[in-house]
Amino acid sequence: MPSVLGMIGDNGIVRLNQYLSGVTTIMIECLNLSKKFGQFTAVDDLSFTANKGQVLGFLGPNGAGKSTTMKMITGFLEPTSGQVKVCGIDIADDPISVKSKIGYLPEGAPSYGEMEVGQFLHFVAPLRGIKSTLVKSAVESVISRVNLEKVYFQKIETLSKGFKRRVGLAQAIIHDPEVLVMDEPTDGLDPNQKHQVRELITDMSKDKTIILSTHILEEVHAVCDRAIIIAGGKIVADNTPSEMEGMSRYHHAVSFVSDLDTELLNKIKNMDCVRDVTYDSRLKETTIFPTQGLFIFDEISEFLRKQSIQVKSLKMEAGRLDEVFRNITHSVGEREVVK
Amino acid sequence: MRQIKPIVKRELQSYFTTPIAYVFIVIFLIMSGVFAFYFGGLYERGQADLIPFFNFHPWLYLFLVPAVAMRLWSEERNSGNIELLMTLPVHKMDWVLGKFLAAWLFIGIALLFTFPIWISINYLGDPDNGLILASYFGSFLLAGGFLAIGSCISAATKNQVIAFILTVVVCFLFLLSGFPMVLNFFKIFLPQMMVDAVASTSFLTHFDSITKGVLDLGDLSYFTITIAVWLYATSLVIDMKKAD
Repeated sequence: MPSVLGMIGDNGIVRLNQYLSGVTTIMIECLNLSKKFGQFTAVDDLSFTANKGQVLGFLGPNGAGKSTTMKMITGFLEPTSGQVKVCGIDIADDPISVKSKIGYLPEGAPSYGEMEVGQFLHFVAPLRGIKSTLVKSAVESVISRVNLEKVYFQKIETLSKGFKRRVGLAQAIIHDPEVLVMDEPTDGLDPNQKHQVRELITDMSKDKTIILSTHILEEVHAVCDRAIIIAGGKIVADNTPSEMEGMSRYHHAVSFVSDLDTELLNKIKNMDCVRDVTYDSRLKETTIFPTQGLFIFDEISEFLRKQSIQVKSLKMEAGRLDEVFRNITHSVGEREVVK
Repeated sequence: MRQIKPIVKRELQSYFTTPIAYVFIVIFLIMSGVFAFYFGGLYERGQADLIPFFNFHPWLYLFLVPAVAMRLWSEERNSGNIELLMTLPVHKMDWVLGKFLAAWLFIGIALLFTFPIWISINYLGDPDNGLILASYFGSFLLAGGFLAIGSCISAATKNQVIAFILTVVVCFLFLLSGFPMVLNFFKIFLPQMMVDAVASTSFLTHFDSITKGVLDLGDLSYFTITIAVWLYATSLVIDMKKAD
């Protein structure tokens, strides 16, 4: 590795580390990005960067500006103001070479319904910049990667939603792009199909930068290592999924199922380390919220054992993303998309 | 430019994998035959030429070409496919040209299928085949002009029916400006020079002069420029309307 040896100079160690970990390469850079449709500001002064190997999840209510941001990154829409750089290239300067570095799965995975899967991929491949001699092998490899062998000769309009989505994914990754942008890749799929698509994403995340948008919060946990919450066209949170769970009221809360009487509940409530207790009478589930930052699982289980209370499924919660999501985004309020 | 080929190929294929191609070609052949023989009196005239056949082409194209053009862009916008097309590393003009060329070639194929009428007339008499060739060429150019207009209008709306009707109207205006009725009206108060200027914007004037066997540079550049302008307008309209 001569290039690595060449790096060792004054701050060689630092740069060597950067080289080996490979996380410092900025792949996507958005600077003060804004988009207006008439009077309506869809995206409002948005800035963020994404590094190589990151899987970035865009979260937010409908009409928050997630799709619009993605459309600007992929060059479908021109920003009203601000700048998008992909792999260091400004998209305004050289849109074609930026587009050739990106694979994009638009919302709903549009394609030509009257074409067969194989035909469609053979059509997209040269347009994605693959040389004519390599088209066949590129199509074959992407077909096996997303498991489309069975439907190779089938018309796209006759396919199920899951297969259609996979065709969309196939056209997006056929040229092995450095950056992959996906607008709601698992929307409308059944749990098995969701699982497959997520596995594919995790599979590809090693050597690509991936941006995906979703409403499904469990998905953030399953595939993303960073989540950006967008509301009202602005970034309102930018954390790792576990950091986001830490913001939840349910973070480190202890819950169990048992028949408790009010007296016992009050006893628990009066413990020093407990901030609040809720009891769901239908599920017979008690949830105990700790005082900020405390870890109360041991105390609670000790207490229950001493009182010799029979409990089922005693567990500690990591935090609830949907609750965090609601708290962060509800202040912005719902916006109607006017275009 | 190397990207145009796969686009043309796909578009042409899509005509023939859907019923569009067969419906269009059959209707085109039947109508052109009906017009030439019944209304044009091709046979009764007793002359070995195809003038009655070509005379009706502008009116035939007036309804058939918009039917081909209406789906060029409005379908892509309606299906959301435009988002895919415009994010592929392909120049926008390649899409505009590729889609246009495919549709134009397709109409050309339909036009070629009228060859039996040419064979018949050669069998019956001794026509001026040079003139017929020029007329075919003129007819093809005329179709291209209509198609370029249709392409632009199709890019402006998601609704194919609206695209069709608007294209018919605009094409009709471009035909009408060369109609004697219209020109006589202008002659009342405009000098001959202005009347000529109005007439020169008409598809009909240029088409007629080509079918008379005069293939001059003016008529040729008229069609070329018309097509180029409308195609450029198409690319502008796509940019304006793609976000809707």
